[in-house]
Order: sequence, then structure tokens, then C-alpha cells
Amino acid sequence: MKILVCISKTPDTTAKITFTDNNTKFAEAGVQFIINPYDEWFALVRAIELKEADARLNDGVGQASTQIHLINVGGADSEPIIRKAFALGGDEAIRVNATSQDSFYIASQIAEVVKQNNYDLIFTGKETIDYNGSSIGGMVAELLDMPYVSLATKFVLNGTTATINREIEGGEEVNEVQLPVVVSCQKGVAEQRIPNMRGIMGARTKPLKVVEPVAVEPLTSIVSFELPPPKAGVKLVPADQPEELVRLLHEEAKVF
Amino acid sequence: MSVLIFLDQSEGHIKKNSFEAAGYGAKVAELLGTSAEGIVFGKVNDDLASLGAYGLKKIHTISNEAVNNLDAQVFANVLAQAVGTLAANVIVFANNVDGKSIAPRLSAKLKAGLVSGAVALPDISNGFVVKKNVFSGKAFANVSIKTEIKIISLNPNSYKIVKTEGIAEVGELNIQIPEAKVKVTAVNKIVGEVPLSEAELVISGGRGLKGPENWHLITDLAKLLGAATACSRPVADEHWRPHHEHVGQTGLAIAPNLYFAVGMSGAIQHLAGVNRSKVIVVINKDPEAPFFKAAAYGIVGDAFEVMPKIIEAVKKLKGV
Ligand SMILES: Cc1cc2nc3c(=O)[nH]c(=O)nc-3n(C[C@H](O)[C@H](O)[C@H](O)COP(=O)(O)OP(=O)(O)OC[C@H]3O[C@@H](n4cnc5c(N)ncnc54)[C@H](O)[C@@H]3O)c2cc1C
Ligand SMILES: Nc1ncnc2c1ncn2[C@@H]1O[C@H](COP(=O)(O)O)[C@@H](O)[C@H]1O
Repeated sequence: MKILVCISKTPDTTAKITFTDNNTKFAEAGVQFIINPYDEWFALVRAIELKEADARLNDGVGQASTQIHLINVGGADSEPIIRKAFALGGDEAIRVNATSQDSFYIASQIAEVVKQNNYDLIFTGKETIDYNGSSIGGMVAELLDMPYVSLATKFVLNGTTATINREIEGGEEVNEVQLPVVVSCQKGVAEQRIPNMRGIMGARTKPLKVVEPVAVEPLTSIVSFELPPPKAGVKLVPADQPEELVRLLHEEAKVF
Repeated sequence: MSVLIFLDQSEGHIKKNSFEAAGYGAKVAELLGTSAEGIVFGKVNDDLASLGAYGLKKIHTISNEAVNNLDAQVFANVLAQAVGTLAANVIVFANNVDGKSIAPRLSAKLKAGLVSGAVALPDISNGFVVKKNVFSGKAFANVSIKTEIKIISLNPNSYKIVKTEGIAEVGELNIQIPEAKVKVTAVNKIVGEVPLSEAELVISGGRGLKGPENWHLITDLAKLLGAATACSRPVADEHWRPHHEHVGQTGLAIAPNLYFAVGMSGAIQHLAGVNRSKVIVVINKDPEAPFFKAAAYGIVGDAFEVMPKIIEAVKKLKGV
């Protein structure tokens, strides 16, 4: 089985968000970049778990038939995060050498790679923590005419049938679908891991292929960024007058 | 030309976020000088004509049982046909679980630009520019949609509904429905609770509450106010509270009118899930807790002393 895991490069969660070039560009100076948390912790780790389960089935042979490929659409500056993903457990990676913020452009590049490699399973994260699109998985699925299950909290494979729990308002829904399928992963699908020494050593020699993008017209473009207006500041109520807080919430903030 | 709003339903009822999408879509139609129409999939029990009050002129139904449950592939296919038949040029979704599933597929299918997580009406003074949430609530981006057909999915609780008078015309749309590849085999909902993702009021507890035995300080207040309950990640990790209550970067992202945080430090990863809330209230004994920087109201004090008094005051207010 071949699994494709889509990984994107995002600023670390704690990074300070500022913009340059007249508020048209994210200020990258001094910012630490990471694998988008949902891609790393859930999508990639679940793929690794599936491969491990497969390796156990093939006990004695030691060779899993499951292959994990990573894909990133990005510039050469994405390579550190690809190596990090290798350290966790990807087998091969493809970097489509292009930078774009338009989800459709990125999805089109991913779909093109899938068409050439025939994956059984495509995992994405639930969303990128910078662009917050939650879009690329659905777009990839549509471009490939594959089913899509979004916001998965559990993924179980039984032969070629996947049983997937997906988040719904106030609960979960259990879906059953035949492979191939595109799944966006979130908390619950897997447990976050830390790469071990063997993984880190092996990461350097794993094959990373760079391919050029296909021509695609983006559908959207970012005109500018803005920061939210600064908070007015907290109104503190003395600890011995909690009823005053209730009054303020009722009469001033009018929230109840 | 028209604005088409996808009205999401669950178990026969239109979801709350869809009413926001309806009101928003009606306003977009007004800006563009056209009319707003809704579309509903599956069997619904609600009185759809009353959606006229949100500014919708027409509601198109596809009341086939085959579309009671979501299969994003089928829904996008059916919607694309509807968009063609109705000549819609703007499609509006609520950016909820179903919207996140269908809108991107429809975008790719129609090659129609999508802005997901919109927080304001489009600016049409120079093209079609929609403000959206980025960097997990820490910033906004103004995104220009360059295609003829435009898709917007609206973040929950970011557009204020204004109800007026009006009755919508309701009619069935005849559309070929392809077979679903995704089968829904079970639906597990937590009954009797306000779903966190739709809640307007949320009472939340952190590690400062010391243990699950003290959670009545949170749940009692929530019950009085009809609020949902939430918690920080360590609280869920330690099984003091169920995982579905965990909010933050790795949990649920919410934007209620009130987020009432008790005994929580306000770590950046927690704030990523709640900083879009309208009013944040913080109860923490440490005046240096970072949460106070994000709060509108606060009490520096011991939750075990403060919360019972707050609960009493709310009881008095509610006359119970
Ligand atoms: C990559 C990553 C992702 C993460 N994702 C999330 C996430 O999604 N959601 C999340 O919540 N966390 C997340 N975290 C964890 C986060 O960094 C914090 O550790 C966590 O939010 C702290 O939870 P807390 O506020 O309940 O506990 P603490 O940080 O321990 O804070 C407890 C607070 O209670 C106060 N307190 C103590 N006793 C009392 C009392 N008697 N009365 C009043 N106040 C009292 C203390 O002053 C303190 O401020 C993540 C961390 C990482 C590294
Ligand atoms: N540049 C990229 N390269 C590869 N995969 C990506 C890229 N951007 C986003 N993804 C994948 O798509 C998911 C959803 O992204 P988004 O639609 O931007 O929220 C992410 O969690 C990744 O798995």
C-alpha cells in the first residue's frame, strides 16, 4: 500500500505574527518554522502506525509493503521540515518546487503528483495553522474524483475498507469508505511522537525528489494582512465583589 | 445572477451557523444588487418559508433521503448542478464541519475561488475582497477572489444576524444524485449538552481547579446560563474532563460571545482556540497570568472562593 502524507511548513505556534512590505508579507525574520502540527502529529504518525502494523503482519520478513511518501509544495526552505518528517518515519519525499498561498494552486500540484504515483491513501492535516484554509484535502479529492472524509478523529483500516470517525457538531459520525480516499486528520487519529536517534540518522539519506510545478492559475490572492486592534485592556473586579462581575456581564457586556 | 446559501441541516433541523450564513448571504446579495436564495439537502422538519426573515427570497430543497447524510463528493456534485441551473455566482457556506468538507470540493469542481473562514462582508469597491481569519486568530488576511463564481465560507459567530419580516418561496429542485461512496454507519452525539462548537456562552476550567471533583464550580454556572463547558488540554489529558471539551490549537477552535476561563493560565496554544471570543472573562489567583492580557473582565482571586459567589449572584439574577 502507498500512503501520501501532505506536509506544510508553518511558523511555530508561539511565533510573533508581524508583516512587512506594506502589510503584504509575513515577516519571517527570526521566526522558527515547523511542520504544521496536524500534519506531523496526526497525519504522519497515523501513516507510520499503519506501516508498523503492516510490518508486524510481515513478521520475519521485516520488510513492510506499506510505503509512506511525503509531499510538500514549497521552496528549498521546506527541506528542513521534510528531513524532520523523515526522522519520524517517511520513506520518500517529493517537493514540488513552488511557493503559493492559493489553496487551489497547492492542491492542483498535489493532485498532479498523485496522478503519477497512484496512492491508496492520502492524508492531510485538518488545517494549516498559518493560512487556516482547511481546504486543500477537499480540493485534492475533487481534482482526483476521490471520496473525502474531513476532520477525522479516528482511522482504522480493514483490508481496503477504511472506518473513519469524523467530527460533527456535538459528537462524531462513523464513516465507511473504500480506498482510495483523502482524509484530513486531527486530534484523536494518532498520538504525537518524538523522533528517535535511528530515525534522525536515517533521515539524511532518504530520497527527496524535487519536481517542477505544473502550470495552474491561482483562483485567489492575498491583497494584504492586518492585525486585530489592540485589546482595550482588562477591567478588574475586586475579589470580594464577584456579584459586581455578574452585574457588568449582564448590564455592560450584555452576554447574558 | 444570484447568491446561493447552503443551509446545513442535522437531524432535520437547520444548524445555527447556517442562519448566520443566510443573513450574511442576503447582505452580500444586497451589495451586489441581486437576490439571495437558500438550498437545503435532505429531509427537514423546519418551516423553511420562515427563512425569509433572514432575507432569503427562495429556498430550493432537494428532499431526497440520499442526501440526508454528508458525502462531500455527492454534495459538491449536486451543488455544482444547482449552481448551474440557478445561475448563482456567489455561494455561501457556514465554515463548520460540513462547510469545510464541501466548499473546497465545490471550489475545485467549478474552478471558483474560495475564501474559507470569512469574518466580514466582501469589499466590492475594487474587485471582490473578503477578510478572513489567519494565523489561528492572531491576524486577518484580505483575500481577492479572481474568478467569476465566488465561494465564501463564513466563520461561526462572526456575523450578527438581523431578522426582519419575510416569507421565502419554497420549491423542490430536480437534480440527478450520484451514488455515495461514503457510508454513514453510526452517529454518536452527546445528548443533553450544548455542542461546544455552536455555543454562545462557554464556561471553561483549567488545571487551577485541582481535580475533577471540583468541576461543579464550572458545570453549575454553565447549567444556570445554558452554556457549554470547555477545558484546557492538560485537563483533558488527565481525564478530568472528556476530550471533546478540549479547546485550543490542538483541540476545538471556538468564538462564543462569552468565554469564561477559570484557573487557566492562558498559554498561547490555548488562546489560539479562544481568542476570537467576543468577551473573555478570567478568574485566576495569579495577577501575572497571561490570560488577563486577552480578557475584557477579570478577577484576581481564588476560584474556590470566587466561583460559589458568582454562582449565587447568577442564581439571584435568574431568580432561581
Ligand atoms: C504544541 C502545543 C500545543 C498545545 N495545545 C494546547 C491546546 O490546544 N489547548 C490547551 O489548553 N493547551 C495546549 N497546550 C498546552 C499549553 O501550553 C498549556 O500548558 C495549557 O494550556 C495550560 O493549561 P492550564 O491553563 O489549565 O494549566 P496551567 O498552565 O497549569 O495554569 C493553571 C492556572 O490556574 C491558576 N490557579 C491555580 N490555582 C488557582 C485557584 N485556586 N484559583 C484561581 N486560579 C488558580 C494558576 O495561577 C495558573 O495560571 C499545548 C502545548 C503545546 C506545546
Ligand atoms: N504547501 C503545502 N504542501 C503540501 N501540503 C500542504 C501544503 N499546504 C497545506 N498542505 C496540506 O493541506 C492541509 C490543509 O491545509 P489548508 O487547506 O491550507 O488549511 C495541511 O494540513 C497539509 O496537510
